[in-house]
Amino acid sequence: MTASIATNQTILVVGGGISGMTAALEAAECGKQVILVEKAPVLGGRTARLYRYFPKMCHPTCGLEINLRRLKQNRNVRLMTMTEVTAVSGSRGNYEVTLKVAPRFVNENCTACGKCAEAVSAEVPNPWNYGLDKMKAAYLPHNMAYPQRYVIDPSIVGTPEGEKAKAACPVGAVDLDMKEESVTLQVGAVIWATGWRPYDANKIQPYGYDRFPNVITSLEFERLADPQGPTGGKILRPGDGKEAKNIAFIQCAGSRDENHLRHCSRICCMASLKQTQYVREAYGDSGKSTIYYIDIRAIDRFEDFYQMVQKDATVSFVKSKVAKIVENTENGNPILHGVDTEGYHRYATEHDLVVLAVGMEPEITGVKLPDDIILDSSNFIEGSKDGGMFGAGSAASPLDVNRSVQSATAASLHAIQVIRKTASTEAA
Amino acid sequence: MTTANQSANLGALERYRNNFLKEVEANVEEGHMVKMCMQCGVCAGSCPFGPHWEHSPQKIFMMIRAGKRDEVLGSDSMFMCTSCYNCMVRCPRELPITHIMHGLANYAHRLGIAPKGQPTREFATLFWNNAIKKGRVNELTLTLRHYFRGGLVSGIKEAMAMQSIGLGLFLAKRLNPMEIFGGHGVKDLKGFHAIIAKAKEIEDRKKGFTA
Repeated sequence: MTASIATNQTILVVGGGISGMTAALEAAECGKQVILVEKAPVLGGRTARLYRYFPKMCHPTCGLEINLRRLKQNRNVRLMTMTEVTAVSGSRGNYEVTLKVAPRFVNENCTACGKCAEAVSAEVPNPWNYGLDKMKAAYLPHNMAYPQRYVIDPSIVGTPEGEKAKAACPVGAVDLDMKEESVTLQVGAVIWATGWRPYDANKIQPYGYDRFPNVITSLEFERLADPQGPTGGKILRPGDGKEAKNIAFIQCAGSRDENHLRHCSRICCMASLKQTQYVREAYGDSGKSTIYYIDIRAIDRFEDFYQMVQKDATVSFVKSKVAKIVENTENGNPILHGVDTEGYHRYATEHDLVVLAVGMEPEITGVKLPDDIILDSSNFIEGSKDGGMFGAGSAASPLDVNRSVQSATAASLHAIQVIRKTASTEAA
Repeated sequence: MTTANQSANLGALERYRNNFLKEVEANVEEGHMVKMCMQCGVCAGSCPFGPHWEHSPQKIFMMIRAGKRDEVLGSDSMFMCTSCYNCMVRCPRELPITHIMHGLANYAHRLGIAPKGQPTREFATLFWNNAIKKGRVNELTLTLRHYFRGGLVSGIKEAMAMQSIGLGLFLAKRLNPMEIFGGHGVKDLKGFHAIIAKAKEIEDRKKGFTA
């Protein structure tokens, strides 16, 4: 009757952050075959780099652990790390996907003993701390890394450093001859959970992120507060390593702005409200947080959290989009200039540290979307014309973790429907 | 002229009653964008003249929405704008702030309720009257009129203070003293005046200033 013959019942999930893991696991737990590809050497994405979640202030490692356990218990998910999708052809129910697998230079014998890292002295910028510090060129990305397997940075392969790592390995896991591989797969549906990236703060010229060391992004602040981070959880400003007790948070840094991102990133208000509590946690009543905002968008039930922070005497709110930042050259303090909306007072206020609540934009580094994908005006994924590919989580819309998980579950259900439909067509 | 202004002013008052925003939207260049302002304050903070004038663009826009007609049209802030466009390039909603400020200044001027003696307004009037006379600006009469705006004594003082510059311009053949006798005009001066008259007629009709 129909010419459409499905060749595969498999669902491909692109991206191993919280959305991708959720989408993969939800489908797998329904008995579907899933291939989960992640371009980094580990799962967890940006979620694994947060210190705490709002509104419950719990640690992301908890949710990550639950998902990793689900993954280990499930035979239906095949995980491929350090893998990128380079091409997708075909249509709904019958896609041919080409994958590029980068060499890890460490095979499955690795026991994560860490002897290679001890042997190596070369260092590379640490992407898990947003480049705030350096790590060894033979590394385990973080404590919760899955797979628990070291990675050799390509920069030391073919150098004496690489040989040192190989010599140090007691189980022969270091394989410096690994090559990049190309793999072709047949799949029925694709879920793009490629996630987000922070808006490039250098583009917000008046805030001087590129010029002033004591102006940082909200993501860097997460790492400063995290005990696993570059400062061991102490809030020390990058300029001079001094304790930052008087901290300004600037909202809509890049969001809701026709010159930058035209959409509201939705998470940043709550992220800053949450981060004021890191300051309280670190300094008690002697810490001071000031939030400069246009409107606080603490959506639906988060209003509670906003009210809780409003009652906190160490937190004050200034209704104003900061016009510009200059640096006090004597002490390195950023000085914020602007006019507030509640009374039109002109201010020039000095702080120890400025945290830019940067917006979310879709991650495009190493992501090559097929032509069939439909994007919205901010380049978030709406779906595909043939109805066989879906966006999930923050690849589809600026979402927090909670809503990303909901979005991923929905995308998973859509993908299962595609597989079911092609399966019944095949049977007929 | 004054009566036409007054009747236009009274007409506008009658027509728009308490809705000053509607009046601005209908009569001011780019006035329909005023309602797009979200009161973030970046224009006010970015203005290099910011501390020196009474009402920042942010404040003016809120005053328009609040129906403060007399305060807005009587403000001299719009005349202080130097057209640096800093506010406009920074505005997250891309409001044409500079154009709106100029539009407001023009509207207030035409209604005859802009502040009297405001230097920018005075000089602009002087410039316009000078330029349309011959279709080109007569720099000599323009500067002299400007110097003598406050009377003979202050005029002589100001002219004396600038005499070395005048002499320099003369020696460099950039200033012709003969221009004081009216100066030269554009080709087809009659045609030029007809164009200006027609343009004024169209603008007056569009903005409801037909007396």
